[in-house]
Amino acid sequence: MTPLSDKSTSSRPPGGRQRLTAESVTLAYDRRMVAEDLSVAIPDQSFTVIVGPNACGKSTLLRALSRLLKPARGRVLLDGQAIGSLPARTVARTLGLLPQSSVAPDGITVARLVARGRYPHQGLLRQWSAEDQRIVDESMAATGVAALADRHVDELSGGQRQRVWIAMALAQQTPLLLLDEPTTYLDIQHQIDVLDLCAELHEQHGRTLVAVLHDLNQAARYATHLIALRDGRIEAQGPPGEILTAELVERVFGVSCRVIDDPESGTPLVVPAARRPGATRTAVSGAGTSGAAAATADGPSATAGNAAAGHPAGSPAP
Amino acid sequence: MTGTSRAPERAAVPAPAPIRAPRTRGGLSLRIDARAALVCAVLLLAALGVSVLLIGTGDFRIAPLDVLRTLTGQGTPAQEFIVRDLRLPRVVVALLVGAALGMAGAAFQSVSRNPLGSPDVIGFGQGSAAGALIVIVLLKGTAYQVAAGSVAGGLVTGLGVYLLAWKRGVQGYRLVLVGIGASAVLAAVKSYLLVRADFVDAARAVVWLTGSLDGRGWEQVWPLLGACAVLMPLLLWQGPALRLTEMGDDTARGLGVRVERVRLVTVLAAVLLTAFATAAAGPVGFIALTAPQLARRLTRSPGVGLLPSALMGSALLVGADLAAQRAFGSGQVPVGVATGVLGGGYLLWLLVTERRAGRI
Repeated sequence: MTPLSDKSTSSRPPGGRQRLTAESVTLAYDRRMVAEDLSVAIPDQSFTVIVGPNACGKSTLLRALSRLLKPARGRVLLDGQAIGSLPARTVARTLGLLPQSSVAPDGITVARLVARGRYPHQGLLRQWSAEDQRIVDESMAATGVAALADRHVDELSGGQRQRVWIAMALAQQTPLLLLDEPTTYLDIQHQIDVLDLCAELHEQHGRTLVAVLHDLNQAARYATHLIALRDGRIEAQGPPGEILTAELVERVFGVSCRVIDDPESGTPLVVPAARRPGATRTAVSGAGTSGAAAATADGPSATAGNAAAGHPAGSPAP
Repeated sequence: MTGTSRAPERAAVPAPAPIRAPRTRGGLSLRIDARAALVCAVLLLAALGVSVLLIGTGDFRIAPLDVLRTLTGQGTPAQEFIVRDLRLPRVVVALLVGAALGMAGAAFQSVSRNPLGSPDVIGFGQGSAAGALIVIVLLKGTAYQVAAGSVAGGLVTGLGVYLLAWKRGVQGYRLVLVGIGASAVLAAVKSYLLVRADFVDAARAVVWLTGSLDGRGWEQVWPLLGACAVLMPLLLWQGPALRLTEMGDDTARGLGVRVERVRLVTVLAAVLLTAFATAAAGPVGFIALTAPQLARRLTRSPGVGLLPSALMGSALLVGADLAAQRAFGSGQVPVGVATGVLGGGYLLWLLVTERRAGRI
């Protein structure tokens, strides 16, 4: 699959149709306020990514958008109607959801689990149509788990399992798909697999995707629309190429950094500034041999391509 | 368990086995799991077969063929009386109690996502028993009043546990913990009532508490049959949504399941089934706990199935009653003792064999 390299798609203005919006919602768990008077609109056919520091309310916002959390005030609208007032199955045919954690029942096979995604389309007398079977097969093929169809879900690796859950959400055949931290607990290869899959769904099938992601650089690379949250407030939203600046990262995450062009995709790449003395070095080869050489270098190395640059593996030996 | 031992059988299948579903031209379709359907059929036949043997068992023995002949109205007057008035209602009570407890157990284990979340463990059985004891010891009530007390006790306990476990919805482990707490309190109440009771009441209470089918007649059948006829279809109707809630509340909601409503209806129906079963035969132990697990291992389906569990409950209860009567003579050993030995023993055996096979 090709990464979202061309900025022409990502600079689509958010002025088009928006099926899913939140109108000045106040979000709270019991008495604990998470966000107040928050308004967002998810552009249709966008790959919207919500980023922000821990406890900024990004997952809470996603829960509200997916009607798992009822706003204390304000409302979430799906196609112009309050999402809480719509029948549960109607919503489930429009809006799919990949929660942070799901439990696979003991001994269930991949095909059976994916088939459960057809629930909102089924009825007492319409339990398993030929179309259901076709869609389940397609969903497994699209996520690359067709070969695992008869395997038990509890035998699979974390990355395979996540793709199975995505296949289940796909089988729901919803134009909107919300994913809550789909890459958490996955290693880098499987993170990229999952995000590539999301980008593919968005590009080839015109689905609207909303995801909460932790990694700012992955968000910048894959999102067409970025929402940056801090303390329950939207600090910025728009195409990553336009809004993702060093100033924004400083404001939202409290991390000073440089934003450069990703050499692979041309999207913004956030490189945190080195904060500890001796944590920077000009070349990897100099790290173990000469502490003095490393300490004299100023500014972060441009080759350290991700947030790990702030936490180098080894510091100079005494 | 991972079920790796089943992999070789499946490796021979070239393409993923499609889900079986007979369809009509009008677009109606019915999803059928072949193995579960077979297990259900075998369990039903086993339960009915044992029932015929059970009807023929007693001081006045009747051969199975004569039992069938009598049931179709071709027996001698003596056989007619013994079968129709004495033994048939007892067997029908056994079948219904077994089915009710098996299905209620499956429902609770699904809601609590815990194989220990059966009504005997989480207090509803104890609640029914305490309700019945209050009527026996304090009110000196009739058999009907004892049954009513048992239903009321179960219902009050069920609602109490549900409300106490409520915190932005009911979660499995909290339901089990609150239920175990309630169970301990109710056991204390039971003990207190037994100690307070005079000798005659205490003897009556102890027999009732063991769970017994002796002397059950048509007057026990009708209320139980009515409850089963309403509550079992209700539970089966909730079944598909209930299965989805086992994947986590968020996932189920994402699929369009109204989780809290499904759970409330399920708990209510299962509490009532347990209460009516307890009212008819006393707190028969182990059926609700073991039947769903046994059925699940036979059907090899993910999660517990409501219908297989109900049929397994019926088969277990009539099987236990037959074993008790054949081994000790009729009316000697209450069926609750036999279900404990039979159900518990069978479950232990299964767990041990599964551990040997590396499945748990």
